[in-house]
Amino acid sequence: MRRLFDTGCHVVAQAVKCADVDMVAAYPITPQTSVVEEIAALTESGEMNCRFLPVEGEHSAMAACVAAAAVGARAFTATSSQGLLYMHEVLHMASGCRFPLVMVNVNRAVFAPWTLWADHSDSLAQRDTGWLQLYCASLQEVFNTILQAYYIAERVRIPVMVNMDGFILSHCRMIVEMPDQQVIDKYLQHQPNGWIADPQNPSAYACVTGADLYPGFREELFNDTKNADKTIIEAAKVYHELTGMWDGDLIDTYRCDDADTFIIAIGSMAAEARISVDLLREQGIKAGLIKIRALRPFPAAAISDVLSDGARVMVLDRNYGFGTEGGIIFAELKAALFERAAQLQIANKIMGIGGADVNYQMMADAVTSAWDFRR
Amino acid sequence: MTTAIKNLPRDEIVMAGNGACGGCPATAGLRIVGKAFGPNAICLMTPSCSVASIGLLPKSSFNYPILNICFAAAGSSAAGMEYALESMQKKGRLNGEKPLVFTWIGDGGTYDIGFQALSAAAERNDDFIHICYNNEAYSNTGVQRSGATPRFAATTTTPTGKQCDKKNLPLLMLDHHIPYLATASLAYPGDFYDKLVKAKNTKGFRYIELLAPCYTGWKFAAEDMIDISRKAVNCGAWLMFEAENGKIEFTNPTKKFVDGTATPDSPAEYLSMQGRYTSSLKGDNKEFVINSVASQIAADLQLLRQRSTC
Ligand SMILES: Cc1ncc(C[n+]2csc(CCOP(=O)(O)OP(=O)(O)O)c2C)c(N)n1
Ligand code: SF4
Ligand SMILES: [Mg+2]
Repeated sequence: MRRLFDTGCHVVAQAVKCADVDMVAAYPITPQTSVVEEIAALTESGEMNCRFLPVEGEHSAMAACVAAAAVGARAFTATSSQGLLYMHEVLHMASGCRFPLVMVNVNRAVFAPWTLWADHSDSLAQRDTGWLQLYCASLQEVFNTILQAYYIAERVRIPVMVNMDGFILSHCRMIVEMPDQQVIDKYLQHQPNGWIADPQNPSAYACVTGADLYPGFREELFNDTKNADKTIIEAAKVYHELTGMWDGDLIDTYRCDDADTFIIAIGSMAAEARISVDLLREQGIKAGLIKIRALRPFPAAAISDVLSDGARVMVLDRNYGFGTEGGIIFAELKAALFERAAQLQIANKIMGIGGADVNYQMMADAVTSAWDFRR
Repeated sequence: MTTAIKNLPRDEIVMAGNGACGGCPATAGLRIVGKAFGPNAICLMTPSCSVASIGLLPKSSFNYPILNICFAAAGSSAAGMEYALESMQKKGRLNGEKPLVFTWIGDGGTYDIGFQALSAAAERNDDFIHICYNNEAYSNTGVQRSGATPRFAATTTTPTGKQCDKKNLPLLMLDHHIPYLATASLAYPGDFYDKLVKAKNTKGFRYIELLAPCYTGWKFAAEDMIDISRKAVNCGAWLMFEAENGKIEFTNPTKKFVDGTATPDSPAEYLSMQGRYTSSLKGDNKEFVINSVASQIAADLQLLRQRSTC
C-alpha cells in the first residue's frame, strides 16, 4: 500500500495512471480542470505511460476516446456540467458501440444561469445514454471506483461514468490508500477486445442498420445494462479480496440492520448523511442510510431487500425532475418500489442545488419534519 | 512523372454490392485511395453518402475496417485512434505494424460541422490523413447547401441558387502550417494516386480534397461524371495543386493558368451542363452569372498565384 494526501482531481489522475490507460483526451472545465492539468503534467514528464490528447472540446474528447477504444486501447476522459452535456451525442455512440470506456464526471450544476457548484443535473441528464453510472462519497472511493470501473466496463463492454461532487470532493484533500501496482495490474489485466478495427480482418462498425437488426442491438444493451449489476458486485468483491478495501457494491448501507427510517442519498451527501443517522439515533429514531452507489443499473432489488415493511424512506435529491413530483431519484425509487407501495412511506427532499450548503442537521431535519416521531 | 492509370495497383477495396448510385464519384475516389494506401489502413467515416453506400450491417462493401463516427468528429476521432495505436505500440500491445489512419469525409463533415475538430487536429499536426470528397452539398440528406456549395448553385435549401461564395477550405487548411496538402480530380486519377502516395509517405497531418461531382445533386447525366470533373479543372472552377510544408506547386492544367501559358476555358459550358445552375442561368441573368463565376475563378487563381510565390 502507498499513501497519498491530495485533492480529488489529483487522486483521479493517480487512479488513471495506476489503471495503465493508453490514451486520455480531455478538455478543461471547472471543477474538473486540474484532472486535465495533472494528467498533462504526468504524461509529459513521462511519469505516466500514456498519450494525452489536448482536444478542442468535449465532443471531441469523447469521440477520441471512442475511436481509441475501437482499436482496443484503454481510454479515459473527465468532464463536468456543460462538457458532459456537450458530449451527449457521443455518449450514446460509446454505449451503442459497446466500448469499455471509463470517464469521471465531476458533478456540477448546469447552465443557465451560470454556476460552478455541485449538483447532479449534469449526470442525471445522461441517465438514458446506456452508460453505467457510479457515484462516490469519498476520495478513497473515487480511487477505488475508477479501477473497478475498468474492471466492469471491460467485462460487460458497457462504458462507465464515475461521478464525484464538484469542489466538495474534487477540491478537497483526503488521505487515499493506493494498492501496490502489481496488485492493480493483477486486478486490471487487459481483456481481449470484442471488436478491434483490424486491417487483417476488415469489417464496418456502427454503420447503417434496418429495423431487422437495430432493435436487437438495443435490446442486448438494455439487458446487459441490467445484468451488469452482477459484474459491479464482482468488481467490488475481487477488489476487496485483493486490497481489503470496501465501498459497497450497488449500494452501501449504514446502520440499516434494525432500522425503520431510511435516508437514501448519492454522492458526497451520502457521507454526510451518516452523521445524520447517528444524530437521529441519539434522538431514539431507528435510522439507517442507503447510499446508492450504482444509479445505472438501478439497484431496485438491493434497496428493497434492505427496507423493512412499514419503513419510512427519505430520498434526498440534488436535482430537479422537472414536471414531476420532485427529484429524479425520488421518481426512480417510487417506480422501483411500486409493488411495495402499501408497505412503505416514501418522501422526498431536494437540497444542495447548485452547491447550496447541505449538512447533517438539514438531512436529519428533513426526516423529522416529514414524519411525526412523537407518537 | 504521373503514374499512368494502367500502372495503378490492381487491389480493389470497393467490393461488389456497393450501395452508392452508379457512377458515384465518392466510390470512384475511394477505389484509388485503396490502391494508394494498401491493406494496412483503418478508415473513419462520418454520416454521409459513403457510409450509406457501405451497405447494411453486418455486410460491408469496402474492404477496410471502417468506423462510422459522429458527424462533427472526424478530426478528433482520427486523432484519438492514432494516439491510441502509437501508445499501444510503445507498450508492446499492438499486433503487427501500426496501420495508417485516414478519414474519408464529405464536405459537410469537413467544411461545416466537422471543421472545429479538423482544425484542432491540423493545429496539433496529428498523424493521420484527412480526405475530403467534396460533392459541394449534403448529398446523403437529399442535397442541401454546404459551406462548399458554390455561388448560384441550387440545392434544396438554396432553391433559387446560393447567394454567397463557398469557403476556400484548402487555403484555410494550408494556413494551419500542415506538412502536406493537395487537391485532386477524378479526371486525373494518376495524379490523385500520386498525391495519396505522397501523403502516405509524409508524417503529420495531411489534407487531400477531391472534387466529387455528384450527378444526382448537380443534376447531370451519370456517364458525364469524369467529363464534368475534367471541365471543372479546365475552366478553373477546381484548382489543382499540392503543398509540401506550405510551398504550393501547381499541377496541370492549373499550372499553365498560373504560368500564363494557357487561359482557363469559359465556365459557360461547365455551368450549363449542370441542372443545379438552371435557375440561375435563366434569361437575362445568364451573362451576369457566367461573368461572375469567371471573375471569381480569376480572383481565386490570382490569390493562389500570390500565395505560391511568397
Ligand atoms: C449531428 C448530425 N447532424 C445531422 C446529421 C444528418 N446528416 C447525415 S449525413 C449529412 C450530410 C453529409 O454531408 P457530407 O458530409 O457533405 O457528405 P455527403 O452526404 O455529401 O456525401 C447530414 C446533414 C447527422 N447525422 N448528425
Ligand atoms: S448522391 Fe451523389 S455522392 Fe451520394 S451516392 Fe449518389 S452519386 Fe454518390
Ligand atoms: Mg457532400
